[in-house]
Amino acid sequence: MSSVAVTAQTAGASAARAAAKRRSRGRAPVGGSARRAGKVTYILLGAVLLISMFPLYYTLLLGSSDPTSIAQSPIPQWLPDASLFTQFATVITDSNINFWLALWNSTLIAVISSASVVLFSTLAGYSFAKLNFRGRGPLLVFVIATMAVPVQLGIIPLYILMAEIGWYGKVQAVILPGLVTAFGVFWMTQYLSEALPYELIEAARVDGASMIRTFWSIAMPAALPAAAMLGLFQFVQQWTNYFWPSIILTNENPTLPLVVRSLQANYFVDYSLVMGGIFLVTLPLLVLFFFVGRQLVAGIMAGAVKG
Amino acid sequence: MALLSPTKPAHARGGPDRPPRRLGFSQRLGRLDVKLSPYLYISPFFLLFAVVGLFPLVYTAIVSLYDWNLLGGQGDFVGMANYVAVLQQPLFWKSVVNTFSIFLFSSVPQVIMAITIAALLDQNLRAATFWRMGVLVPFVVAPVAISMIFGRLYADQYGFINEVLGLVGVDPVAWHGDRLASHFAISTMVNYRWTGYNTLIFLAAMQAVPRELYEAAVIDGAGRVRQFFSVTVPQIRATVIFVVITSTVGGMQIFDEVRMYDAQGLGGPNRDWMTTVVYLYDVAWGNQKSFGRAAAVAWLLFLLIVLIGMFNFLLTQRIATGGGRGPKVSRRHTKRLLAEARAAAASHDGAVPSAAPGGTPGAGQGSPPPPPSIPPVPPPAGTQSPNPGEDVR
Repeated sequence: MSSVAVTAQTAGASAARAAAKRRSRGRAPVGGSARRAGKVTYILLGAVLLISMFPLYYTLLLGSSDPTSIAQSPIPQWLPDASLFTQFATVITDSNINFWLALWNSTLIAVISSASVVLFSTLAGYSFAKLNFRGRGPLLVFVIATMAVPVQLGIIPLYILMAEIGWYGKVQAVILPGLVTAFGVFWMTQYLSEALPYELIEAARVDGASMIRTFWSIAMPAALPAAAMLGLFQFVQQWTNYFWPSIILTNENPTLPLVVRSLQANYFVDYSLVMGGIFLVTLPLLVLFFFVGRQLVAGIMAGAVKG
Repeated sequence: MALLSPTKPAHARGGPDRPPRRLGFSQRLGRLDVKLSPYLYISPFFLLFAVVGLFPLVYTAIVSLYDWNLLGGQGDFVGMANYVAVLQQPLFWKSVVNTFSIFLFSSVPQVIMAITIAALLDQNLRAATFWRMGVLVPFVVAPVAISMIFGRLYADQYGFINEVLGLVGVDPVAWHGDRLASHFAISTMVNYRWTGYNTLIFLAAMQAVPRELYEAAVIDGAGRVRQFFSVTVPQIRATVIFVVITSTVGGMQIFDEVRMYDAQGLGGPNRDWMTTVVYLYDVAWGNQKSFGRAAAVAWLLFLLIVLIGMFNFLLTQRIATGGGRGPKVSRRHTKRLLAEARAAAASHDGAVPSAAPGGTPGAGQGSPPPPPSIPPVPPPAGTQSPNPGEDVR
């Protein structure tokens, strides 16, 4: 099935992974206090975990209940049950909620935005970190300065602009402002200036690679760990974003956070339905987190030391 | 840097008597490639940013000088009248106070909680990744969803929190009625989402603290608590400042949490928990529909953020550099601590081999410079890995 080259490649990769594992195991325990954690630590951490999970569990409980019991008791029942799925079904099929459209819109926006932020930030970060050009310093300072400017400041002109070009209520209006972030450029600049040795670029150039070829085959692979974190972070940010979509989008063409708004408007008294819907809205990102949370954790921590 | 200037072709470097060869087309292209590429690579960011970042920024200032309506569009030039009008509205000031109060409730406890949890995680834990992922789960829940959920938890009647309070004998709190109580409730939503995230940032900083400092502290007889306050906290000072400043920018922009806390989403009947961003929204898209005034609010908010950011920076720096009894931590101080630690380690290891150089009996006492035979202490773990992501797995 697989050609020799592929096997060699995969074998090489796994060998490298194994070596990395061995190395990290052989190393002295990372961290200031390497003492073994006692029982108390586990109990306290368990409590923290319970507290952070409880609101989600509570959502399931209310979603399994009915409005009357919710109105009469803070904990209508202790375990979720199958009536939860009735709520899910109602939310999904309600034509006022537009659940599938919202899911599609959210996915579209988050995917495009994170891909674009990663690509453009890596390009600019590579340029700032490793290439020499006139105006590099001032431009980088400018990027860092804009990081402190809140998005709310520009919300009104942005709205006027979108209304002017007829994008009110369309997903493009949400995608466009999310295509680049100053944070992304700063992040990739930081990472590449440390992680990418000049020797590698030089070697590629001596071998006759063009600038863009050097970027694709040298800088891009080197940037991968930081790019993964940036992409995930941007994905979560866009997926949970409410402020701008709530202004520029309508309930006819919503994103998932706007579904929460519709639920509240349409079923305000029916808490079990609202809560069921909220869990449904939260679920996709929870599932994603289950698979890539490890990378997100690693990325946040990797960035923090330098940040 | 050398590679960035176009490499001269080898033959062009020949003797002075040889006439310089004309550059070929591909070489000229190569030179152009080197010259233009950097600008080409940063241009997508700057072009897009000009449209979605810079233009709105500048244009907000222009809009704020006009009588500009959501429906009617651009009106007359009114100068600073919008700013005056906003500053004269009591509701603006109320929203500023609310924002401040919510921010205080969320930032201070959040930093304390995050540092504490990070200290718990900064140990030799079983299933470390599991715990780290666990604290980050709330981060992926949308703030609007959090707001709805907490709105129920904090329900005035038959709410879960009031019920728990009742168990310990506290009277039900009017979470949607009392001003301070509502600020507290909204702060917990912010804390819920961001504590775990900041915990990981603190954890990373803690793991970069040189282990020798702890060893020295242990030798000096410091207990766990003392180690935490005298070694960990001063060492992660830069990170504390970073977190406080980012949480300032975030804390001044609270919007989602208020919008979903009750049915109207405008901060309650008396606007008791209306934040400035919600006020901005209400001015622009609510009853007034005045873009001019809303733009003025945006600029005032920006000024406020800059002011508080600066204040925060000064404050955290003062605290962290230890006005009072906390040790002042400079790079030199860290170096000295390291030297002490090395010396201490030396006195331990050096005891067994036949004789310490010089042969003084009490060599272990005090802090003599480490003898040359002692192998250098390896660099702190945080700095040696070229790929920081690996440390965590």
